[in-house]
Amino acid sequence: MLPFKQVSIVVNMITKIMVCCLHVPDRILGFLDDRLERLQRRGFGDLPGAVVLLFPGLFILALFILIPMVSTFYMSLFGGRHGTGAFVGFNNYLDAFRSHDFRQSLLVTIYYVLGVIPISLVLSFFVAFGLYRIRKFRGLLRSFYFLPYVTSAVASALIWRSLFNPQSGVVNMILGFFGAAPQQWLLEPRGVLHILSGGAIPASWGPSLALVCIILFDIWHSCGFSIVVFFAGFSSLPPEIEEAARMDGAERWRLLRHITLPLLSPTLFFLLVVGVIKAFQAFNSFYALTQGENMADRQNLILYIYAQFYQYGYWGYASAVAVLLMLAIVALTFLQWRILESRIHYE
Amino acid sequence: MNVQRKLMYAVLIVGAFLTIYPFLWMVGTAFKTLPEAGMQSLRLFPKVWQWENLTATFRAAPFGRYFFNSLLISGLVCFFVCLTSLMAGYAFARLRFPGRNVLFMITLFSMMVPFEAVFIPNFVLITKLGWYNSYFALIVPWCANAFSIFLMRQAFLGIPRDYYDAARMDGCGHLRFLFRIGVPLVKPMLVTVALFAFLGSYNALLWPLIVTADENMRVVQVGLTAFYGDAGTRLNLLMCASTVVILPSVALYILAQRHFVENALGSGIKG
Repeated sequence: MLPFKQVSIVVNMITKIMVCCLHVPDRILGFLDDRLERLQRRGFGDLPGAVVLLFPGLFILALFILIPMVSTFYMSLFGGRHGTGAFVGFNNYLDAFRSHDFRQSLLVTIYYVLGVIPISLVLSFFVAFGLYRIRKFRGLLRSFYFLPYVTSAVASALIWRSLFNPQSGVVNMILGFFGAAPQQWLLEPRGVLHILSGGAIPASWGPSLALVCIILFDIWHSCGFSIVVFFAGFSSLPPEIEEAARMDGAERWRLLRHITLPLLSPTLFFLLVVGVIKAFQAFNSFYALTQGENMADRQNLILYIYAQFYQYGYWGYASAVAVLLMLAIVALTFLQWRILESRIHYE
Repeated sequence: MNVQRKLMYAVLIVGAFLTIYPFLWMVGTAFKTLPEAGMQSLRLFPKVWQWENLTATFRAAPFGRYFFNSLLISGLVCFFVCLTSLMAGYAFARLRFPGRNVLFMITLFSMMVPFEAVFIPNFVLITKLGWYNSYFALIVPWCANAFSIFLMRQAFLGIPRDYYDAARMDGCGHLRFLFRIGVPLVKPMLVTVALFAFLGSYNALLWPLIVTADENMRVVQVGLTAFYGDAGTRLNLLMCASTVVILPSVALYILAQRHFVENALGSGIKG
């Protein structure tokens, strides 16, 4: 995309510096290799080498992901604040299910996942398909679509807050051109269905308009990744598909539906699974878009855990909710696997 | 060019414009005067570019310090993620040892567990280690991640075994093969891993919010949210700060994109 010579020089410099940094002096490597060699000859096989190579990575993973999984569960069995409480068994879990705020945050999370995943998958599939079919400006357009993904959610959220500002925002202004009434957007706790139906549906039903804005934000913010992955999928299709695609319109749709889509099903499955996991752990966009107001209609599970832990100090209770979240993610991932695995077309 | 193709271009260009519109608006607003920025108007760019907004932003909050923290932390995280995932990825791809599949499954499983769900015991651990409010708390937990290990394994699986056998003839062990011959061969994937590691660390918010309290330890994302509270009414400075915060990640992406967009991501998923 950028034809400038300087850019490629800088890229090469950076990669060279990185490669240089990874060039641990030869003598150390040679020394270690000799030791490993000796052990290997004594019948240990690759095991000593594997221990040396795997230890740093797996140690970090174990210390900060795997062991905390277990200790989150352990902590969830205790009441009180700041980890000082007595053993309460599964009472924290019962409290969670009894709590209205917890159920509300679960509902918010579900609305969010159901909003973000399908729309962003469909949208990015077609954008990637379009990008794959064109030649000119392809790289430039693709970079534009990918741009939001690399930018921080905090900074982008500040932009969106200003665009959606009820008084000075551009969104209300454009709505005004079409004669539509201005909205409160991110400050609107009433349901979006309530507003669209002109008040016929109760205000507490369905996601609030503020939540819909958050969903739109995250579709915009995360679509770039799916577009690039889909694009890579399209690019790896056999060239005969491209030949066959030169047929008339109706044929092309059938081609897309019956050949391209099945061929891309591993990509689609990957994006679905990763997307659901990511959607369940969304925090930055919620925090940055709703900063200051602790409103129940736009508080997802992570924000709820954060508030219980950080603001109120209920470590045990927050851990219980975190365990429930983990179980939900693991269960959903396995469920998707069981249901969809058989339909995936692997080459 | 037929009608259909023109239509496709039109849709793609409009979509791309809508996608980057917020950023254009941000840059434009960042350099407007305050009254101009507060006006409800479609005018994207300022009448007169107020470049001194930049210095005003850095005077309004210690963004220099925030940047130092962020770049130091993200740089180190990036380096260590590359190192750990190169090593572990190579071991999973090339070495034969008992328990390899079990360990690999455990690694994949930990991909499913979001950090956001296990931060409570991590916070307790960090405070017990005395790392609260320190760089260690912000760097060490992020020095390895399962997805990068998985990507590096895929990359090493793509190297023909003959390379290793040939190097072996010349007396090259696993470690020297990995760092001398392997690293240049998996460069595209390494760049991808490095980019994602840097961005993930640079853009993180929840963990820095929890383990730091001191203003000197703030990273840019935390600093920016705090700045919103202090300067929320000064829209131009707020957007100027956003622009500055976004700049490093965009620059890095432009530099790295040649390497990762097509080959790396595609090969990572198919394997």
